[in-house]
Amino acid sequence: MNPPLETRDLGTDVASRDAPLVIANVSRRTFLQGVSALGGLVLAVGFPATVRAADPPKYGADGMPHGWVDSPLVFVAIGEDGIVSIVCHRSEMGQGVRTGMPMIVADELEADWSRVRVVQAPGDEARYGNQDTDGSRSTRHFFMPMRRCGAAARQMLEAAAAARWKVPVNEVQAKNSEVVHTPTGRRLGYGALAKAAAGMPMPVGDAIRLKDPSQFRYIGTGKLKLVDAQDIATGKAQYGMDTRLPGMLYAVIARPQVYGGKVVSVDDAAALKVPGVVRVVQVEPTPGAPQFNPLGGVAVIGRNTWAAIQGRNALKVVWDDGPNASYDSVAYRATLEEAARKPGPVVRNDGDFATASAAAAKRVTAEYYLPHLAHASMEPPAASARIAQGKCEVWGCFQSPQAARDLVAKRLGMPVDDVTVHVTLLGGGFGRKSKPDFGVEAAVLSKAMDGKPVKVVWTREDDLHNDYFHTVSVEHLEAGLDAQGRPVAWLHRTVAPTIVSTFDAGAKQEANWELGMGVINVPFAIPNIRIENPEAVAHTRIGWFRSVSNVPHAFAVQSFVAELAAAAGRDPKDYLLEVIGPPRVVTPQMLADTWNHGESPERYPVDTGRLRRVAELAAKEAGWGRSLPKGSGLGIAAHYSFVSYVAAVVEVAVNAKGEISIPRVDIAIDCGATVNPDRVRAQMQGACVMGVGAATLGEITFKDGRAQQDNFNTYEVTRMAAAPREVRVHIVPGDYAKPMGGVGEPGVPPIPPALCNAIFAATGKRIRQLPIGDQLKA
Amino acid sequence: MTKLNINGKAYDVDLPADTPLLWVLRDELGLTGTKFGCGMALCGACTVHIDGQPGRACVTPISALGAKKVVTIEAIGADKVGKAVQTAWVEMGVPQCGYCQAGQIMAATALLKQKPKPTDTEIEEAMTGNICRCGTYNRIRAAIKSAAGDKGAMA
Repeated sequence: MNPPLETRDLGTDVASRDAPLVIANVSRRTFLQGVSALGGLVLAVGFPATVRAADPPKYGADGMPHGWVDSPLVFVAIGEDGIVSIVCHRSEMGQGVRTGMPMIVADELEADWSRVRVVQAPGDEARYGNQDTDGSRSTRHFFMPMRRCGAAARQMLEAAAAARWKVPVNEVQAKNSEVVHTPTGRRLGYGALAKAAAGMPMPVGDAIRLKDPSQFRYIGTGKLKLVDAQDIATGKAQYGMDTRLPGMLYAVIARPQVYGGKVVSVDDAAALKVPGVVRVVQVEPTPGAPQFNPLGGVAVIGRNTWAAIQGRNALKVVWDDGPNASYDSVAYRATLEEAARKPGPVVRNDGDFATASAAAAKRVTAEYYLPHLAHASMEPPAASARIAQGKCEVWGCFQSPQAARDLVAKRLGMPVDDVTVHVTLLGGGFGRKSKPDFGVEAAVLSKAMDGKPVKVVWTREDDLHNDYFHTVSVEHLEAGLDAQGRPVAWLHRTVAPTIVSTFDAGAKQEANWELGMGVINVPFAIPNIRIENPEAVAHTRIGWFRSVSNVPHAFAVQSFVAELAAAAGRDPKDYLLEVIGPPRVVTPQMLADTWNHGESPERYPVDTGRLRRVAELAAKEAGWGRSLPKGSGLGIAAHYSFVSYVAAVVEVAVNAKGEISIPRVDIAIDCGATVNPDRVRAQMQGACVMGVGAATLGEITFKDGRAQQDNFNTYEVTRMAAAPREVRVHIVPGDYAKPMGGVGEPGVPPIPPALCNAIFAATGKRIRQLPIGDQLKA
Repeated sequence: MTKLNINGKAYDVDLPADTPLLWVLRDELGLTGTKFGCGMALCGACTVHIDGQPGRACVTPISALGAKKVVTIEAIGADKVGKAVQTAWVEMGVPQCGYCQAGQIMAATALLKQKPKPTDTEIEEAMTGNICRCGTYNRIRAAIKSAAGDKGAMA
């Protein structure tokens, strides 16, 4: 879901177009410290870049940085000690990818999980392909390549055993890190076979024998523990904040508090007197659109983080606030509302809204407001860098390590090959850590300190003041109902500063991939639909936040459907199903959606039957219609995003003081088949909490160009007592032969509207502005 | 020079007396399991035990410690209750990103050492200062109950 940045020739490790999937035996090449050192079998697998480049766009997301499913190289090594090392090339930020990806390989490989080690890949696009861990894509993009990688390795081990025993290969079978000769019961461990296996021919194409899903030992069971759980529970897990290098210095940076601001002058005399402060260094801003580059500012470097923070407090910086010095959330909201109340550029038009609306028996209008949000991952951004012998090494919590590598190389004027980016665990990401500006800062400061290792630490204040903020929006909806209360006309104007503005300064309209997040692609059985997107000017850095534009769009659409149900005097669940209409398969093009979450419209059409099913499942499991005490209510919402279908029923209780509590959420997801259902449940549970936080508490406001929230006292997030007391996750069983959907993000969008619909059921009060804050209080 | 007792070991630290314990642990002693999240005792990521009581390392100047014994996530497994909490965390798959979990485990251990069978309200009161942005609260609650020996604890 990244916007177009640049296109690049991916270059190396490319095979002929005849082989869509290339497996190369690269045992003798030294390419990955820690894996190759083990010796034995090493396999690499990848879709060659030329296939994607030469074929017509298969999945529709070629505009992403470095393409996407283009050249994912995955490495397996089996040591002579029998230890299987599996490289994870995606970033772990809590979604469980360091368990899920290796699990897929290990399953097809028939590897004993207790003898599997996971090795984290550095950022290296030529070797691993796209590593941008965002868009809820890892599992759906890499399930098949990972399976083929594991299966090919298994077949080579079987071939090696058959050769050793001089028996036909069909008499041997790999099982749990051993190969067994079935007629005689002889066995050989993977360690004993590793070297010989590396010399066996590589199965390719149809010669690769994948397991029947009924034979999966790990996939779909949800029984494996997280690979990092023990390290996390004992404090050993290493995050970007935790990197330690000999002689390391620590830096914090005073950045412009207003987007586009610049340093005029610095008085660092007092800062340099702070004990432990080593040096003050100016960081040059990056001309043009911010992209993923540093904002610039003044860095204070110290012997520890505290010294650097104290030094920064003592800095006297004069700033030129620049063109956004008057950015003010109250005034900006009025600007958005004005735009939303006038016709704007039409981005989808079915039938004739104006005529149908004029002829309608009843007309309903509503406007929704959603503020900026900050990601506020528990680990603020942090990265370390050192430069020696003309090479730069960077460590950090990156969702996009290869973007970090490219930008560091560019900023330092080094060849990309001389930059190594190590990926630590991410203490939360939520889209913030897709932007590796903090990694570039570390490299710049290391260079300023003659290559000494420097760690850049963002404080929480830095994180909230200088985030790539979730957009702010006004969503204006109008509908006409016929005499039976059925919607016959639907108008949605969405007005929000676009993420594109972060890459193309001055961009004012939402991109197709923002509009395709639940505003144009509403798969509703309404004959006259008109979607408009009036312009909005960005005055701060706008970026992806978990679920991105699905959050405002789903809130508006799913709230409005419930408002129409109320206007029609109908049950909201029945009405929602009626608006979705009968089960049918709709091509994204019919919905004016040219993006389709970056996926092939043929492989991923919109299936309203699946959307209905999750709504019906959540409603059934929640006991829709059950009687509740006064002040309590149920609300429902269903949303399609990241090619998955999610519906939630929230039960809310509102007390006499207008305080809300959430006894229970029933959330149903159809993401196709699952690799690790326990992590799917975990992601849904977490999405409920984040959705509740966005609905009830989350708001970044600007005044005089500055974000007004500093820390968790003014930017509140959901704590235990306010979280849903019980989250019941219902997973629709899937078929491994069919394309999978996303999981990390699609749980969030239905939660705020389901909650507000529940509040309406409980109190009769309709929430049209987030956060709910004190709106229910007397 | 400030004398500190961390995880049973004595340290002499040559830093300004107002330096928060957090940065001494992390930057000077290499004990990075204790996390930085807010610097204002708002999120609980830096929770350690100070003479057995949960405390926020980010706002505790080393001058305030004196002879008090500090225990961090790196050593809490030596405690029977701490070990049970860690085990429950792994068994119930509590962590998502895991960054806040050291603080959560330290807070939960302190709770269980004081109240071996906490009620839901007691759990909420003890854990309210610990933010988890991934939203693992229900599993945290279940893991606390599991560590307390409640066989009915469910994620």
